[in-house]
Formats: sequence, C-alpha cells, structure tokens
Amino acid sequence: MLCYAGPASLARAQTSAEEQTRNTVNEISDNLIEIHDLKFSRGHRAIFDGLNLVIKRGQVTALMGPSGTGKTTLLRLITRQLIPEHGTIHVDGVDISTLNMSELYRLRQRFGMLFQNGALLTDLNVFENVAFPLREHTKLTNRLIRHVVLTKLHAVGLRGAADMMPAELSGGMARRVALARAMVMDPDILIYDEPFVGLDPISMGVIVRLVRRMNDALGITSVIVSHDVAEVSTVADCSFLISHGKVAASGSPDELRLAKSDLVRQFMHGMADGPVAFHFDAPGYEEQLLGRDAE
Amino acid sequence: MTALFREIYNAVTEFLRTFGAFQLFFLRLLRHSPGMLVSRFDLVVMQVFNSGALSLVIIMVSGLFVGGVLGLQGYSNLSRFNAEDWTGVAAAFGLVKELGPVITALLFAGRAGTALTSEIGLMKATDQLSAMEMMAVNPVRRVLVPRFLGGVIAMPLLAAIFSAVGMFGAHLVGVEMFGVDVGSFWQQIQLTVELDDVKEGIFKSIVFGVAASLIAVWEGYNAIPTAEGVGRATTRTVVITAIAVLVFDFMITAAMI
Repeated sequence: MLCYAGPASLARAQTSAEEQTRNTVNEISDNLIEIHDLKFSRGHRAIFDGLNLVIKRGQVTALMGPSGTGKTTLLRLITRQLIPEHGTIHVDGVDISTLNMSELYRLRQRFGMLFQNGALLTDLNVFENVAFPLREHTKLTNRLIRHVVLTKLHAVGLRGAADMMPAELSGGMARRVALARAMVMDPDILIYDEPFVGLDPISMGVIVRLVRRMNDALGITSVIVSHDVAEVSTVADCSFLISHGKVAASGSPDELRLAKSDLVRQFMHGMADGPVAFHFDAPGYEEQLLGRDAE
Repeated sequence: MTALFREIYNAVTEFLRTFGAFQLFFLRLLRHSPGMLVSRFDLVVMQVFNSGALSLVIIMVSGLFVGGVLGLQGYSNLSRFNAEDWTGVAAAFGLVKELGPVITALLFAGRAGTALTSEIGLMKATDQLSAMEMMAVNPVRRVLVPRFLGGVIAMPLLAAIFSAVGMFGAHLVGVEMFGVDVGSFWQQIQLTVELDDVKEGIFKSIVFGVAASLIAVWEGYNAIPTAEGVGRATTRTVVITAIAVLVFDFMITAAMI
C-alpha cells in the first residue's frame, strides 16, 4: 500500500490474523507519522473534522488541497505548534501530545522545516542563518561548523552567497538558504510549506530537484504542502487531497489524475466550476447591486 | 443596564487575564535570565549596544538641553533671592532624582522600546519565531531575554549619562552664560547632593528600565502578526511605558520621601 488515508485499525480489520501480525510489524517500521480522527477548529469554523492520514517513512508525501483547507495548519499540528481539539498524532510511534517541552524540542531536532517565506533570521547573514541550529544545539568548533555549513550551502548551490544578508536574496535564493538550514542538523523528516509559491520556472525546477535529491540521498522522509499540482506530481510518491476537513482522496499523482471524483478532477485539472465554489458565500448578486442596501 | 454590567464584567475579566499572562511572561523572562547572562553573555552585550549605545545621541542631546533649561530656570528664579550660587544644586537635584531617570525612560521607550517591539513583532509576522521553535530553539530565551536584559542594563547607564550631560548643560548656562561663580556652582552640589539622592535616581532608572524593556518585548511578542498589528503594538509600547514610568515615579518618590 503506497498511500493510506484511513485509521490503522480499519485497515487491519480487512486482513487475516496472520497477515495482520505481519502487517503490524511492517507498519511499525513503515509509518512515520500517523494521524487519527483529528479535529481542529478556528473560531466556529471546523478546519479538520475527523481527519485520518498516514505518512510512510522514506517517501515524498504531498498534502494538497484548495486554498484555505488547512494544509499549513496540518503541518503546524504535526509539529505541535498547534494542539488538536480531538484525535492523536503519532510521530515514529510517539503520541506528540504526551511530550513535555524538552521532549518536544528533542523531537523537533529530528524535523527540518522550510517555511513558505523562508523565515530566515534577518539580522544574520546566510552563513550564520545556516549555522544557527549548529551553534544552538552543538558544541562543534568554528572550523567544523564552517565545513558543515559550506557543504550544505554547496548542496543548494549558494556557497558563494555565504556573506550575503537575507534582504539581498531573491525569493528562490532565500528558500534555498532556508532549505540548507533545514537540513543542516541532518533531520529525519523534512517539511516543506508551499515551496513552489512565487518562484520563477528556473528556481522552481531547482527546488523540485533538490527535494527529490535530498530525500533519496539522505534517506529522509519529506512532506510537502502545496497546491501546485504539476510540480508536486513530478516529485511526490504519494499525495493526499484534503478538503472539507478530511482526506478526500489519496494515491500516487497518476492515480489522483485518473480519479473519478468531481472534487479530485476539479482540483487536479484546475477547473473553475465544481464542488469547490469559485464564489465565497454571499447574498444574491442582483439583490446586492440593485436592492435596498445599494442605497 | 444588564448589558452595561456584562460589558464591565467582560472588560475586567479580560484585563485580569492579560495582567496574569503579563506576570507569567515576566516570570518566564526572569527564569531564563541568569542562564542567559552566564551562557550567552555575548547576546546580552549586543543588545546593550543596540538599546544603549545606539540611543546615546538622542540621550546626550536631550540631556544637554534639559540641563540648559534647568540652568536658565534655576538662575532666573534663584537670582530673585540672591541665591544664584544654588543654580547647580537645583539642576543637580532635578536631574539626578527626577528628570534624569524619567526623561531617559521616556526617550528610551520612544527610541529603543519601539525598535524592540517592531523588531520582535516583525520576526513573528515573518515566521522567524516559529522557525526557531521548529529548530528546537526557545524564542523566549534566545530572542526576548537578551533584549529584555539589554534594556535593563542600558537604562541606568543612559540615565547616568543623561544626568552628567545635563549638569554640563546647566554649567554652560549658569557659569558660562550668566557668570555664576564656578567654584560655588560645583561646591554647593558637592555639599548638598548626598549619596541617597543618587541612589534614588539609580533605583528609579533600574525600575523604569525593567518596565520599559518588559513592556516593549511583551507588546512585540503578542503583536498581531500583520503590518497594522505591529504598528499598533509599537504605539502601545510608547503609551503604556510613558504612563507606567510616571506612575512608578510617583510611587517611588512617595515611598522615599
């Protein structure tokens, strides 16, 4: 099973006892992140309403969906920057809601996260931004830190920009520096929040190649949040389409493209009309323009 | 009537909740402060530079003119009683006990406090604080505590410089402009101003430094992460600090008299 978007218990119920035992053993090692019956709201608006999702170890997994479906919120829940109202999130078998702050920080050292805008520290130059986690968490000598940082900057093609300040970088360069920083501690899980937004085709191609190369070369697990179907399709092993607080569909990008569901077809083919309305809820157009309120 | 009571109840509840959170925030800063002073003193020194050294020009220019005004007023009023030799004493008391700490704190809020709030607010708005959390770095410890300590350390130093430059301003006006005897000017100060007066000024400047820095980092950390939110937080920093400084000034003065 490449992608899986249901609670583990339901999947296991469909197998024989012998298979179940074998699968359970496999799942313990294969499932890196398991989300079960997740509920989360902002104000009165339910963002997630019983979401189930499993992210496999070693794969590039894409979380897709229309704008406002809570993709970034899901990343923040996975990293416990937000706390769910209901449900559990297990990372490598550990229920993250049970962790105290020091345990949570230890777990986060296994994560690398690329923020949508890079989130580089604006008072530090490129070199110091990448060196930041090393200086905070290790007692490496300056010489060793220099070696590690230059290696990571070389991997993203920006060794020559080590002395530049974040304000001097283009959007694509800033994101590559942020990627170097995200992987400087050699994380197990790299999370990308909208890595392709606002990039020119060249920068986008570079980032796409880097995502795949990092995942395969370092043997890590990558999670990408994006609504760029074309780019995600070239890099993801498995995609989840999130809509109305749940996983609407899952599978490889090719499987999603061939799906019969109206929602999936609308999203994958970029159609204006479909289950996701173009217009936000509003009173009648004619009534609003010509009715009593117009006066 | 019921609606009015409900509104008052909600406002009081909200105020108490915010005040409680503010106190807990202060305790968090205090908890991390000793460790930061020992293990990352370099970060604190950098913030003393940012809050203190970069405020020197505005502090010295203001001190010079405030001292000059005290010299003018002192000479003008005391000469009516043939007591112009006491011009220096009047200026010294005014500067060391009141105007030095108070005006320095108000200027500090306007220059360094707003800079702290907007810097932290923008770090929040651009996900820099979230990025630190994701790198398993506590932003309260790494970002807020050094800035808070930098302000607390810088404030008494700035107040001392303000008072010193102010005395120079009073000297220029009293001695150089109006011809008060230089020996009398300084000797009266030496004989009249006591160590307790200086201690009162130092104590006030420390309290104002804690208040101004705490309000600045609190407002920045709790700013709504938008351009408007950061702008409003910056304005609140100046307004709340100004009120807090004047209230604390009255309370400390009343307690020490």
